[in-house]
Amino acid sequence: MSVGTPRGLASSGQKPIAEILHPLSAAAEPLSVTVNLGGDKEAGLTNGTPVETSSPASTSSLFNRLQLDDDLEADVRDPYAETTETRDLFVTVSDPKKHVSTMETYITYRVSTKTTRVEFDLPEYCVRRRYQDFDWLRIKLEDSQPTHLIPPLPEKFVMKGVVDRFSEEFVETRMKALDKFLKRIADHPVLSFNPHLNSFLTAKDLNKRQGLALLTKVGESVKYVAGGYKLRARPAEFCAMGEYLDTFNQKLGTIDRIAQRILKEQSEYLTELREYGTVYSSWVGLEDELRRPLEGVAGCVTTCCGALEDLGENMSQDFLPVLREYVLYVESMKNVLRKRDQSQAEYEARLEAAILRKQEDRTPMPLEVEKCQDKMECFNADLKADWERWQSNKRQDFKQLLTGMADKNINHYEKCQAAWESLITLLQDKQTEDKSSETN
Amino acid sequence: MMMADSGSNEEVAVIVNTDITSTESENNLINTMVERGTALLRKMEINVAEAEKRTGKNTVNMQETYTVYLIEIRPAETVPEGGTPATPDTLWRRYSEFELLRTYLLVTYPYIIIPPLPEKRAEFVWHKLAADNLDPDFVERRRVGLENFLLRVASHPVLSNDKIFFLFLTEEKGWREAVLETGFQDKVDSRLKSLSAMFRVKNPDKRFTALKHYSDELNTVISQLLRVRVKVADRLYGVYKVHGNYGRVFSEWSAIEKEMGDGLQSAGHHMDTYAASIDDILEEEEHYADQLKEYLFYTDAVRSVCRKHELIQYELEMVAQDLVHKKQQKEELATGTVRIFSLKGMTSKLFGQESQEQRESRLAALEQSIQEGEEILKEKNTECGEFVQTAWEDIERFKEQKDKDLREALISYAIMQISMCKKGIQVWSNAKECFNKI
Repeated sequence: MSVGTPRGLASSGQKPIAEILHPLSAAAEPLSVTVNLGGDKEAGLTNGTPVETSSPASTSSLFNRLQLDDDLEADVRDPYAETTETRDLFVTVSDPKKHVSTMETYITYRVSTKTTRVEFDLPEYCVRRRYQDFDWLRIKLEDSQPTHLIPPLPEKFVMKGVVDRFSEEFVETRMKALDKFLKRIADHPVLSFNPHLNSFLTAKDLNKRQGLALLTKVGESVKYVAGGYKLRARPAEFCAMGEYLDTFNQKLGTIDRIAQRILKEQSEYLTELREYGTVYSSWVGLEDELRRPLEGVAGCVTTCCGALEDLGENMSQDFLPVLREYVLYVESMKNVLRKRDQSQAEYEARLEAAILRKQEDRTPMPLEVEKCQDKMECFNADLKADWERWQSNKRQDFKQLLTGMADKNINHYEKCQAAWESLITLLQDKQTEDKSSETN
Repeated sequence: MMMADSGSNEEVAVIVNTDITSTESENNLINTMVERGTALLRKMEINVAEAEKRTGKNTVNMQETYTVYLIEIRPAETVPEGGTPATPDTLWRRYSEFELLRTYLLVTYPYIIIPPLPEKRAEFVWHKLAADNLDPDFVERRRVGLENFLLRVASHPVLSNDKIFFLFLTEEKGWREAVLETGFQDKVDSRLKSLSAMFRVKNPDKRFTALKHYSDELNTVISQLLRVRVKVADRLYGVYKVHGNYGRVFSEWSAIEKEMGDGLQSAGHHMDTYAASIDDILEEEEHYADQLKEYLFYTDAVRSVCRKHELIQYELEMVAQDLVHKKQQKEELATGTVRIFSLKGMTSKLFGQESQEQRESRLAALEQSIQEGEEILKEKNTECGEFVQTAWEDIERFKEQKDKDLREALISYAIMQISMCKKGIQVWSNAKECFNKI
């Protein structure tokens, strides 16, 4: 299959690494054969969808790419919205399983894929992956597409003793983060066509060693880029990005601290509230007439405790991980910015050298300078596109996150309110009952 | 106890005279905790209208700052539509004068559960609340508490008729002298002395024992509740105030955003509102705490009645025991047998028999003292019986009042919680609207 051609179409930023990628896509070929065997088994078990389904889809996905290309050439306003409408690759991470062997204990997750793309031989795949496989994928993506923003993975290292790596909450949170990671890649117009993603989603066994050999190769080129050139003047828009990221990162940190502090205050409040309820309960035993009101109050306090507990759990499971993801996202983004700066610096240095030489012997501009310029421009274009996409994603994510926070708080208050209101109804009924029995 | 009643009958007449008409004071009653339609309150309206800070020299010639409270009384009459109510009579009292009044009532009416005063110093306060005695919020809460105390006394079937209480409301000067003239302090001293002595009642009244036990337990549970409530309030305050930080960070963040900016900025304002709302919520809740505190202090008043009952019971038992002893002596003397070893028996054996005359005069003296003892026993019995009867009447009244008050306090607490939830829902809904605009 011709993986290379559509990739070239998908982004202008593909050219400089095309040379490196060609042997890679060739290497991926035998990989995908083994993959297909494994994939056949998995998919064949779930449903035997015929391969033909991929043919109408191929036109649609091609259309999608072409359309995106138009967008890139024109003004990229909201690439996110475009991709959501014409999505053709759906990835889900679910069903974590613990594996215990003599050597190690680890968790694997089910990665299910549904697609209509021609690059995939089957419409559905289902594989199991562990964290380090995701890590491998991310490294591969970063190396093969250095001009693009690669979504972050959840932190690899957790403080031992503080966090139980095999606890349900931890695994659940990590699974959600991994799911987000893959979805972001699958929705990306360039990254989603990366052959490494393909093998990650489809291969029965990931041949990571092959990847390693490649890694060293690409790593060299990265190092080469990293060779210190001094940047002259960064274009204003990239300066603005850098500044934005710094401030945004700082605000994220503050929001994270506030959220954690609130959780702490709430959990302490919960402790006291529980005791408060207990005291009301212990009062019940002393009274005859006040029995019901006191029991009622104790009951309401208990209900409120439950509501508060839910609120805290929801916030720590849904709110904090998103903040963390964005903190890591900022890191990735900064990393790309840095690499862009380096490519600009390299170009400027080479250009300067060439101009000097030109003055001496009037030779035409050497090819390598042009290549550097191409590379830088490709960096700029990719980064800008990714930036727009990221901003758009961020806006959606934070909108969802913050309205979610409001909803959770509203929900908590509603539960408490309902409890207290039912108590009042109960007590007022009792009072009118008493009054009517008195008059009778 | 009857003397107080008889003494105040004239006063009731006076009050009736100053009154013009009216049995309806319904509209004028401010405090729902006090029962309506009782003697004094039917005739006059009592308010502690305001508090004022004053500086003066105290008894040891030291400069001191204290607070005085303005008591207003006016005849309770239905003010005609559009008409102006009668100008109230006003006078200023210090907290210490309220204390003196209460001590007087406590000594004069040992069988009555005397309503407690609001706390002298702020207790069970959460840390944001000032514990200073001159703090405006504390003074205001005390003003409400003192008014409540006056209304409780004024609505009490017995206490409302007390002459000294009436003077407290009507005579600014000379009231202290009038209290001291009643000589109640002598009674305090002697009573207190006997109270401090260790005594044990042989046949305690089970009802009083149970009541004492109940008030002990109620005291424990309410003070525990107040202690925990303070911690709950502290934590809740923290939760709300930390949300205020979102206000700042959202506003700072909005500065670097384009489309998200407005939504974040206005959501930030709502977070500020949320953080600020806790002050009112907790201040309102302080009223609930005050209601609980009143009953915490009431437990002391209940225990005091129990103690006084024990004392009377003890005195009765002592008299009875003394009488038994004397009767026994008489019997010994009459029969000439000494059943139990006694010093007198020994001396008589050692120093020879006493003469017939001596014996007879001693017998007569004993007879006399036995008769007196019988009298005292009878008195004490009546006293004790009367005490139990009147005290129990008041205890029953108190129980009813307590159940009603606390029930209402719990309901009003639930209403407060509902209003807090509503406020919370309101603020978060507003914030959500802003977040949706992002």
